[in-house]
Amino acid sequence: MKKLLAAVLCLILTASLVAGCSSAPAPGSGSGTPAPGGSSTPAASGSDTVKIGIFEPASGENGGGGKQEVLGIRYAHSLVPTVEVGGKTYKVELVEVDNQSDTSKAVTAAQSLVGSGVSVVLGSYGSGVSIAAGEIFREAKVPAIGVSCTNPQVTLGNDYYFRICFLDPFQGTVMASFAQSKGAKKAFVITQLGDDYSTGLGNYFKTAFEAAGGAVVTGEFQTGEVDFNAILANAKNENVDVIFAPSSIATAPLIIQQARQLGITCPIMAGDTWENTSIIENAGADTSEVYISTFFDENDSSSTIAKDFVTGYKAWLAADPQNLTNNGGNDGVAAVSALGYDAYMTAIEAIKAAGAVDAASIQAALPGVSYDGVTGGLTFDGNGDANKNMAYIKTIENGAFKFIQTQTVS
Amino acid sequence: MDQMSYVMQQLLTGVSVGGQYALIAIGYTMVYGILRLINFAHGDIFMMAGFFMVYLSATMPIYISIPAVLLLTVALGVLVERVAYKPLRTAPRMSIMISAIGVSYLLQNFATYYTGGLPQKYPTIPWIGDNVTFAGVATSRVTLLTPVLTLALVIGLVALIRYTKVGMAMRAVSKDFETAQLMGININGVISMTFVIGSFLAGVGSLLFFSKYPTVTPTIGAMPGLKAFVAAVFGGIGSIPGAVIGAFLIGICENIIKSMGFPTFSDAFTFVLLIIVLIVRPTGLFGEKATEKV
Repeated sequence: MKKLLAAVLCLILTASLVAGCSSAPAPGSGSGTPAPGGSSTPAASGSDTVKIGIFEPASGENGGGGKQEVLGIRYAHSLVPTVEVGGKTYKVELVEVDNQSDTSKAVTAAQSLVGSGVSVVLGSYGSGVSIAAGEIFREAKVPAIGVSCTNPQVTLGNDYYFRICFLDPFQGTVMASFAQSKGAKKAFVITQLGDDYSTGLGNYFKTAFEAAGGAVVTGEFQTGEVDFNAILANAKNENVDVIFAPSSIATAPLIIQQARQLGITCPIMAGDTWENTSIIENAGADTSEVYISTFFDENDSSSTIAKDFVTGYKAWLAADPQNLTNNGGNDGVAAVSALGYDAYMTAIEAIKAAGAVDAASIQAALPGVSYDGVTGGLTFDGNGDANKNMAYIKTIENGAFKFIQTQTVS
Repeated sequence: MDQMSYVMQQLLTGVSVGGQYALIAIGYTMVYGILRLINFAHGDIFMMAGFFMVYLSATMPIYISIPAVLLLTVALGVLVERVAYKPLRTAPRMSIMISAIGVSYLLQNFATYYTGGLPQKYPTIPWIGDNVTFAGVATSRVTLLTPVLTLALVIGLVALIRYTKVGMAMRAVSKDFETAQLMGININGVISMTFVIGSFLAGVGSLLFFSKYPTVTPTIGAMPGLKAFVAAVFGGIGSIPGAVIGAFLIGICENIIKSMGFPTFSDAFTFVLLIIVLIVRPTGLFGEKATEKV
C-alpha cells in the first residue's frame, strides 16, 4: 500500500514537472531538439515574431539594479512593440531570464536564452555576469548589447558583444579627478575579490589617482561579506581623505553605515552601481558625503528626447503598482532604466538597418548603427563600445540622489 | 587613531562576530548531541528570523514584534523537526541529513520567491543600534552587547542542562538514545525542547546580527551557519562550552586575518581549521572520547 502511494506520488511529481515546463514562456529552451528543416535561426523565416532576450539579474546582490534596467526595456517595448522589416511587420517578443548576479548561474541563463532562439540579447547589469556569458553568445553567434556593464573585458575580443554605456577606465579617471578636485590626497580603495566590475574599476581609479600625484591604500573583501569593520578600521588608521568603494547594491549600505559608525567622516565614493534608492533607504541616516558617477540625470533638461522619456516613463511607472515596487517603491528615474530604454531602441534600429531579423544580419548591422538616445548620441567604436565621454556625478541629499555636475575627461 | 585603540577596535569586532557565531553554533551542537544530526537548515532558520522581523515590524511596534519573532522562529524550528526529521527517526542517519539539506534549500528558495530576491531592510531597534564610544573606540552598542548577552544565555543554558529535570533528560538521551527511551523518558518532548532552545538562540542571534548588518537576503544564513558549524566541530560537537569558545576563537582570528590585509584567506582559514581539527583531534577541544558501543 505504502509502495503504491509512493509510486503515485512520484508520478504526480513528474507530471507536474512536465506540465510546469510546457507552460513556460519559452518552450523547448535548450532542450537540443533540432528545429524542423534544420534551420539554425529559429526566429527567421516563416514566423512573424522576433525574439529579444533580456539577460538581467532579478535576484542576488544586484537584483535591484537589474529590475530597474528591465523596466526601461519594458517601457521601450510598450512604445515600440513591433518592427517593420522589408514591408513585413514583426511582433517583438521579450524573453527574460534571471542571471541571479552570479557568474556561474549567468552561463546557464545565457544558454537558455540562446536555446529559445533569440535574435539579439540585451544586458546585463554587472560586468562579471556579462563577461561570463560573452563566450556563450559568441559561440551561438547571437549579438548582445551590454546595457550598463562597464568593464572593458565585456566587449574586448568579442565581435558579438556591444555596449551602450561608458567604460571603467573612463569612470575610474572621472572619479579620481573628482576626488582630487575635492582636495583628497590619500584614498582608500575597497574592492570585492573575484568581482570583475569592482576590481577593474578600483584599479582604474587607483592608476588615475596615483598618476595625478595622490597616494592609495587598498582593502579587499570577499563576496557575501557583511562585516567591513576590519578594513574600515585600516582606512581610519591611515587617515585617508576619501574612500572609493565600487561594489554591489547589497554591499553599499553596509559599507556606508559601518564607516560612519566607526567615526569615519570623509567622503565615500563609488561607481554607477550605487545609483539605487534602496541604498539610501537601507543605509539609514548616515548617507551624507556619498558621491557616485552615473550615466544619466532625470533633471537634465538640455535634451528634449530625455525630457520626453522622463515624463512618459514616470506615467508608465505610476500606472502599475508592480512597476513601482520593482523600481524601489518610488518614481525616480534610474540611469540604468534610461540605458535599458536606449538598449532596446538600439536593437530595433539595428534590426531595421539589417533589413532582417536573424542574428547574423543584426550582428553585421550593429557596428554601423547611429542612434540619438535618452543618454546622448550613440555610435560604436571599432571594439563595439559606445563613444561616450560624459559622466554625471551625484550625491545623496534628503533621501534622494541629487545631481552635482557633469564630468568629462580631456 | 593610535595603535592601542586600533588593536582594541579589531578585537572588539572579532569578539562581537564570535558572539554571533556562538549563538548559532549552540543550535548545531545541541541537536547533534541529542540526534547525532547536523541540522543544515539551522542557518536558514536564522535567516527566516530576520525576515520575520522585517515583515512583523512593518505592522507592529518593535516591543511586540521582538517576542513575536522569537516565538515564530521557535515554532518554525519545531515544525521543521516534526515535518522533516521525525518521520525519519528510524531511517539511516544519512537520510535525515539529506532531508536537512532539502529543508535548507526549501527555506532559501521560499524566501527568494516571497521577497523577489532583493535585500530587505532590517528595522532599527532603538537603543541597541546607537553609536557609543568604548575605551576610546567608536562602535555601536550592539557590538558590546553581543558577547555579554551570549555569555549570559550560555550560562543560563548550562544551568538548565545541569540542574533541571529537562536538562537531565537531555543528558540521558544524548548518552544513550534507546536506553533513555526504555527508562520512560519522553524522547519526542526532549527533542522538541532541543529545537526550541536552538531556534530561540538563533532568533536572538538574528536580532543582534541584523541590528549590526541591517540587510536581510535569502542566502545570508549560509555563511554564518557554516562558520558556526565549524565552531561547533572545533569546540567538540555536542559540547556547549566548546561551541562557544570555538566560535569566539574563530571570530577573533578571522578578524585579525582580515585586518592584516589577507581577506582572501579569512574563510580559507576557517575551513582549513576544520580539516586540521578533524585530522588531529576529531572530537574537538572539549569533545568526549566516543567509545563505540557494540
